[in-house]
Amino acid sequence: MMQTVLTVTAVVLSLAAAGAIIRIGRGPSLLDRVLAADVLLAIFGAALCIDMAVNRHLNNLMLLVAISLIGFVGSVTVARFVAERREGSRES
Amino acid sequence: MNPETVIDAVSAVFMVVGALMSLGAAIGLLRFPDLMSRMHAATKPQVLGLFLLLAALGLQMRTWWVWPVLLVAWLFQLLTVPVSAHMVGRAGYRTKHLHPELLSSDELEAVVQKAAQKAAQKTANHGVDDDDAGR
Repeated sequence: MMQTVLTVTAVVLSLAAAGAIIRIGRGPSLLDRVLAADVLLAIFGAALCIDMAVNRHLNNLMLLVAISLIGFVGSVTVARFVAERREGSRES
Repeated sequence: MNPETVIDAVSAVFMVVGALMSLGAAIGLLRFPDLMSRMHAATKPQVLGLFLLLAALGLQMRTWWVWPVLLVAWLFQLLTVPVSAHMVGRAGYRTKHLHPELLSSDELEAVVQKAAQKAAQKTANHGVDDDDAGR
């Protein structure tokens, strides 16, 4: 049964990653791309989780915790950059 | 029907549903019209999807000590996802990446107008002060 689950989830996650990557490539604005990159990171974490659950090991657990800890830094940085670039000369 | 089979079945269902959350987010990213509605779709795998997959992992390992680590991972995700969503949403609002006709209510608009009025008044007062100082 676990092999079936692995196949189904692999197909589903591949399709999801393809959709996120298409949005990264097409996305009209920078913020759309950042959002899609966040989703891609979440899909990556989901793949790690499923690999650990199906094969019953915990090798990637700390990587998962680290992703959930610092995964937000990138999008926060880019969001600040976008807001500041528009305001131009104004300080903050 | 022994408990092992039941646990396996429950975790299999969790895994498939958690993976479908990611697919839902990808479909939402591709089909929704503007940044705000795409943000709504993007949170599905970050919170509920991660919860389902971590629960499936905990069920599969069949040990107690992994559950606190999984809880820590989920709690940190819950703490950090709103931060990035807030920043992205604010930047999206200020750079006008939204369709105002699609919003059912825009509570930020009144605040922004008030702040703009206050800033305008302040600069006007500032100019008067400068004139006084010059005299």
